Amino acid sequence: MSENVITVKNLVKKFGSFIANDNLNFEVAAGEIFGFLGANGAGKTTTIRILSGLSKPTSGEVKVAGFDAYRQTEQIKKNIGYMSQKFSLYEDLTVKENIILYGGIYGMKKALIMTRISELLAKLKFQEYENRIIADLPLGLRQKLAFSVAVLHEPKIVFLDEPTGGVDPITRRQFWEMIYETSERGITVFVTTHYMDEAEYCDRVSIMSEGRIVALDTPENLKNQYNAASVEDVFIKIARPVNN
Amino acid sequence: MKRFLGFVKKEFSHIFRDYRTLFILFGIPAAQILIFGFAVSMDIRNAGVAILDLSHDEITEALTNKIISSGFFKRTENLLYYDDIDNVLKKGETKAVIIFEEGFGKRLINEGKASLSIIADGSEPNTATLVTNYATAIVNDFTMEMAGTAPNKSLIIKPEVKMLYNPNLKSHYMFVPGVITLILILICALMTSVTITREKEFGTMEVLLVSPLRPLQIILGKVVPYFILSFINVLLILGLSWLVFELPVKGSLALLLAECMLYILMSLSLGILISTVSKSMQQAIFISLIGLMLPTILLSGFIFPIENMPKIYDYVSMIMPPRYFIIIIKNIMIKGTGLMYIWKETLILIAMTLVFIGLSVRNFKIRLE
Amino acid sequence: MTAHLRQECPGKQFSPLSKSDKMQKAIESSGISKNFGTTKALTDISFSVDESEVFGFIGPDGGGKTTLFRIITTLLLPDAGSIKVLGLDCIHDYKELRKNIGYMPGRFSLYQDLSVEENLNFYATVFGTTVAENYDLISDIYSHIEPFKKRLAGKLSGGMKQKLALSCALIHKPRLLVLDEPTTGVDAVSRSEFWDMLAKLRKHNITILVSTPYMDEAMRCDRVALIQNGRILSVDTPQKIREAFSRKLYTVRSRQKYKLLCTLRDFPGTHSAFPFGDSVHVTFQNELIDISLQEFLKKQGLTDAVVQEAEAGIEDRFLELMENI
Repeated sequence: MSENVITVKNLVKKFGSFIANDNLNFEVAAGEIFGFLGANGAGKTTTIRILSGLSKPTSGEVKVAGFDAYRQTEQIKKNIGYMSQKFSLYEDLTVKENIILYGGIYGMKKALIMTRISELLAKLKFQEYENRIIADLPLGLRQKLAFSVAVLHEPKIVFLDEPTGGVDPITRRQFWEMIYETSERGITVFVTTHYMDEAEYCDRVSIMSEGRIVALDTPENLKNQYNAASVEDVFIKIARPVNN
Repeated sequence: MKRFLGFVKKEFSHIFRDYRTLFILFGIPAAQILIFGFAVSMDIRNAGVAILDLSHDEITEALTNKIISSGFFKRTENLLYYDDIDNVLKKGETKAVIIFEEGFGKRLINEGKASLSIIADGSEPNTATLVTNYATAIVNDFTMEMAGTAPNKSLIIKPEVKMLYNPNLKSHYMFVPGVITLILILICALMTSVTITREKEFGTMEVLLVSPLRPLQIILGKVVPYFILSFINVLLILGLSWLVFELPVKGSLALLLAECMLYILMSLSLGILISTVSKSMQQAIFISLIGLMLPTILLSGFIFPIENMPKIYDYVSMIMPPRYFIIIIKNIMIKGTGLMYIWKETLILIAMTLVFIGLSVRNFKIRLE
Repeated sequence: MTAHLRQECPGKQFSPLSKSDKMQKAIESSGISKNFGTTKALTDISFSVDESEVFGFIGPDGGGKTTLFRIITTLLLPDAGSIKVLGLDCIHDYKELRKNIGYMPGRFSLYQDLSVEENLNFYATVFGTTVAENYDLISDIYSHIEPFKKRLAGKLSGGMKQKLALSCALIHKPRLLVLDEPTTGVDAVSRSEFWDMLAKLRKHNITILVSTPYMDEAMRCDRVALIQNGRILSVDTPQKIREAFSRKLYTVRSRQKYKLLCTLRDFPGTHSAFPFGDSVHVTFQNELIDISLQEFLKKQGLTDAVVQEAEAGIEDRFLELMENI
């Protein structure tokens, strides 16, 4: 489990004269749970878009799942999964329809999709919801399902953008257990969150502030380094809120 | 390929589960065919014609009868003097006046030719052309019939056609007032229909409600700025019509501006009413643009005269404000009439405005449900 | 008298004065229910809020917080039950109530295309006052964004939008301030600052009602109501809620987090095991036998596991209450 699935060297992204990402350097290993923290406006979303093949860097070297972020964005998209708080599944389709749809989009064979459907429903204990429309499901269930769909095709990396926002404490923890399991299967999990306690679940955590990475280490090392009792305290000490 | 089909299947699902899309897909074309089919008509039916008979002999009576009983015309008035012509055409019901010169019958029999004048209301060029053509055809028919009973004599009744108010029959005399009517109601209704729904969508309405502001204050507060700005718009549009299309303003400019402002106030109120029933900006835009545009073009008498449509359209168009404004604007600009001729339409517009504002205030939801 | 004490010792918690009498309750709710179609948004909600209290509603999305707040601010009508706010009836006296409430709804609801200054002036005018008149009330908060007062509200960062919204809600010196999830989606630093600002408002005797999904923020309220799925699980001071935890709580730490969690769940004596950041919070069926647990863990390869007794937090109690439903 030591090969790197994400390599970022001197990444710079500019929008006009505004520097959203200023010389970022980091690597993420296969199967790692990597927490990506930072205040709003720090540049996290910009970086994630580049890593998921949705946008190209201005300069620097970026490799995701072995593919180059400048010239091989389509291959990157095929090898990753993505889930965000704002959107994940089509609200007016049923659970089953969503899974079949995404399976098709990921290029999976029909037989495989059907197997995965029953596996997934059994694991989540969702069997009774198979034919329910997403809009009728409570938020917690939706998020868990969205995550499962994002890794349906066993990608190398899955990007989660604030996946547990607003969800009840029990479901949040169940979600993180799903993340743990996923990581054990060798899938790298790249996650952003505003819940500081969730940062502790990660193998390593990076904190972004004003376009730069100001901290990158295991939660334990960070707490020792900054003499803090929790990652939240570390965060408050070093992540200056963006004032404009 | 599989991905593509999977995606297509999803699109079908979206469509069938959204009743609104289905309505657009099937409901609107069906409605359009029906409306279009019946409303658009190049025939005339029961067009009003007034007779100025200075002869009163058998022949004029016979010819008049033939015209009246053709099914295309109906008699509105029997005139006595030339001076009445302008008056009767301004009233609007009469589309043309047929004038028989003195001693018509005698002239025809003795000299073989007589003079007949058709003076049509040129402010509706389409109708005017149709009316004069049909009338001329009937007259020629009559002439042939008569010739049949008196062989060896050539009989000529030559109708002299004159278009009043629009001598060169410029078609933009018809179009431009219609376009002004259309544009003003669409833009005004659109602007105000969006403004309240925008507050609902952005969430600022919630905060406004939990404040001392009353619904009437909110509604009027939204109408006033658009009202003032629309005045400038009106000046611009009228100016352009006059400069580019040489559209005259034969009547009082002050009256015209006043009526325009009334129409604008009515349109703004209509927009507010639409916004009180729309749940989203998209819906509001849809109702204002699509809901108003087609009926206004087809059913307001803008292009196709209402008289030529089946009676039911007449009733439907009675609730449409553009119908009345077109009459007002054409009267003032092209026929040069004063308030006397258009007081009825003006009153109706005033009433509509009050009704729209009243309904808006009533519909305005003081709570979120 | 208690209000006077509160002003002198702002940090202390005071237990609710059930005998209190002369002090009018800011909010009194009894049996409130609200349904949307078949969804039961609120069921049998009963609670009361004292004047000048900072009262928090803690719970996840979909719990009913926003619906309840909309009923309190007279934007929705309850299907059943009665509720009095500032001594007035929510249903019939809404006009009077709307003059006395400062409301900050869920997402940012100020005019994006107006400047900071223009927004503030607008709300001051609508409520029949001026910015100058109540400036002292908002000065602490507004001073952070005053340098940007000509900037369009839409161009502000999340934390600044929050401060602007709070200023606009306060500018007419309301008797009741209702804040619906003001800290959601905002980073930890801004959240902390926001609560500091609320604490400073106490001296103006404004009753403050806040909702939040962040359990740790409960500790900054005088009293809280835990709400989940439209029902209130508990109403009390944060301290009393923590004390109500029915079992002994232990924390277990290890570098191998996931393995620790699974192993603890496999341990026969475990009643509940929840991940909590860098440790797992565990409760047991009976008195814990320290040694047997340590041995069990060691046998599974968790040699660095450390077991300690701990004080239950609000979230522990919330989880316990949720499991009991």
